[in-house]
Amino acid sequence: MINPLWSAADPRGRIEAVRHEAPGAATLVIRPGQAWRGHRPGQWVKIGIDIDGVRHWRTFSLSSPPRPDGRITVTVKAGPDGFVSRHLVHAVRPGTIVHLGAAEGDFVLPPDLPERLLFLTAGSGITPVMAILRALTERAADRTPTPIRPRAADRTPGVDRLPGAGRMPDVVLVHSARTPEDVIFGAELRALAERVPELRLYERHTGTDGRFKLAELADVCPDWAERDTWACGPSDLLDEIEAHWRTAEAGDRLRMERFRLALPAAGAEGEGGGGRVRFSASDIEVDADGSTPLLDAGEGAGALLPSGCRMGICYSCVGRLRSGRVRDLRTGEVHGEEGHVIQTCVSAAAGPVDIEL
Amino acid sequence: MTATTAHLTRADYEAIARELDAIRDEVAGDLGERDAAYIHRIIRLQRGLEIAGRAMLLASSLPPAWIAGTATLAFAKILENMEIGHNVMHGQWDWMRDSKIHSTTWEWDNVSPAEQWKHSHNFVHHTFTNILGKDNDVGYGILRVTPEQEWHWANIPQPVYNTLLAMFFEYGVALHDLELNKILEGTNDPEETAAKLRAIGRKIRRQWGKDYLAFPLLSGPQFLATLGANFTANVTRNVWAHMVIFCGHFPGDIEVFEEGRLEDETKGEWYVRQLLGSANISGGPFLHLMTGNLSHQIEHHLFPDLPSNRYAEIAPRVRALCEKYDLPYHTGSLAKQVGSTWKKIFRYALPGPRGVVPSPSPKAPAEHPVAA
Repeated sequence: MINPLWSAADPRGRIEAVRHEAPGAATLVIRPGQAWRGHRPGQWVKIGIDIDGVRHWRTFSLSSPPRPDGRITVTVKAGPDGFVSRHLVHAVRPGTIVHLGAAEGDFVLPPDLPERLLFLTAGSGITPVMAILRALTERAADRTPTPIRPRAADRTPGVDRLPGAGRMPDVVLVHSARTPEDVIFGAELRALAERVPELRLYERHTGTDGRFKLAELADVCPDWAERDTWACGPSDLLDEIEAHWRTAEAGDRLRMERFRLALPAAGAEGEGGGGRVRFSASDIEVDADGSTPLLDAGEGAGALLPSGCRMGICYSCVGRLRSGRVRDLRTGEVHGEEGHVIQTCVSAAAGPVDIEL
Repeated sequence: MTATTAHLTRADYEAIARELDAIRDEVAGDLGERDAAYIHRIIRLQRGLEIAGRAMLLASSLPPAWIAGTATLAFAKILENMEIGHNVMHGQWDWMRDSKIHSTTWEWDNVSPAEQWKHSHNFVHHTFTNILGKDNDVGYGILRVTPEQEWHWANIPQPVYNTLLAMFFEYGVALHDLELNKILEGTNDPEETAAKLRAIGRKIRRQWGKDYLAFPLLSGPQFLATLGANFTANVTRNVWAHMVIFCGHFPGDIEVFEEGRLEDETKGEWYVRQLLGSANISGGPFLHLMTGNLSHQIEHHLFPDLPSNRYAEIAPRVRALCEKYDLPYHTGSLAKQVGSTWKKIFRYALPGPRGVVPSPSPKAPAEHPVAA
């Protein structure tokens, strides 16, 4: 109530600056509050922001390593259909309070730093890798960030310290973007590559040179299969990469970060709707059509679900969506994202649905 | 069918449902920053008042501090229960997806556990509004508030019961979901009743621990003065809440219905039942705030999950709809509604009047009546 950042239970942060990075991409500099527990380079965080009175949660990779000033940054690319990302890039103003989850993810450096590393990224897939690269180069330049949150660091060993002090491993970064201007952190990456001899940067500008094919990888980085590899980018690219590495029997050297966008289930807006409904707490699954309330579908399949008025007024039947989207049977509106609480008595499945009931 | 709805055709009911649904959709689609700012402002105001009241009561041995602190705390408790707690637990603010201001997480400053209140109020009362034998809010199981209820000699002292109920209303509300009538009939699930009782016990301990132990202890040697102040604030809130809530369904020509009406009740008939069974209190913005906008009981019963700050805005349209379909729109000043409610409490303490049976239902006439 007095200072939103003081909350010990509910991690929050204040956006202090919004920096333009590339066309449609911006970095938010956030000062986290008391409850923030730190992060490791490469991890992601859930950010909740109120837009027109409604809270929206999205996941973003942290683009900075832990910083001496305690700030964290996320770099956001405004997607054409991304209501929240567009708001963050174009509309949000410094001073805005956001809600934070805890930093999560295994897309991080191992305790024993490998000799040779390869990063394969495309588009905004560069963001977690940027955090890792910054950490590596800062480390090597002996500009070790002083542990900013000693208490947090003590609790979570390694949060603020990177292994292999003072040594820059051999790093290859293969990054794809449409044009040189579209490369997020382009100027910084090029400057780093110039300054740090152990870092080799291969930029692929798909607008002029076409998509990067994995067959070309051997030319760019002949020892790719022996390198510990981190890959982040669009799903189809990651699928290809995964297959490629598996074929080379190098799958155990590959770490991938998929964009955790809460995408509506395919075909959700299609005619009729309906889909497979999973009541995860009851461990019951049932196929439901687009006009049957989830409540009826679940009860029909033998789930013991909370219920009340069965007309959408009493909120006794609500449950938390784990995935999928639902149709409001009163208005026809299709809505819902992971974590939203929905009324099962007036909601039907719009595609596959997983609900915590 | 009741006289008030004899003129409505099936098409009228359908049109009423359509028009009211349209109001709901319009408001629900328009919710945004303005509304979020409203509830945030009210919550800040409430917390400020509560802190100020509790702080003043740290000097509760001084009479001016006692009076000002008690009044401020009572005001804060009323806001918390009425405009915030009741409405948040209705899900009116769930659309903001703020996990703190949410029907699934809010626990109010009241001995009634939120979980049980939501069942007895949001579901039972709001779904079966004014159905005798279904809606336990009709007389709260101990009062005869309408001639359709059978008279019993135990009704004679009901003005006294009602006074006590007013003072300790939160305890009445806490016991409400136990459904005493079922316990008396022996039709309750003993395990469920025991679990509910334990939850009530826990909530009472928590509330007493705060109001009658922790804060009095904080004020040191003024322990008893602070305890008395907190007790007074709780009773003040109880009496106010009781008064507002009794004005919602008991004054004037409010109608009650028999259970048969629920069979195949259409959405339009449900809406009309809510209209006939609810009464507003006329007044200014401050009265509306203090009643948690239950002064717009009619609008609240039509749209229990629309944010309370919107009720005043849609009230003229609901009233116009009532005029259009020649339906009553029960409203009156606080004094009038309170007077009318108490008059009934006194009148129906005694038997009679004879020959009154519950309205079978304001149902639409069947288009093709079955030949007898």
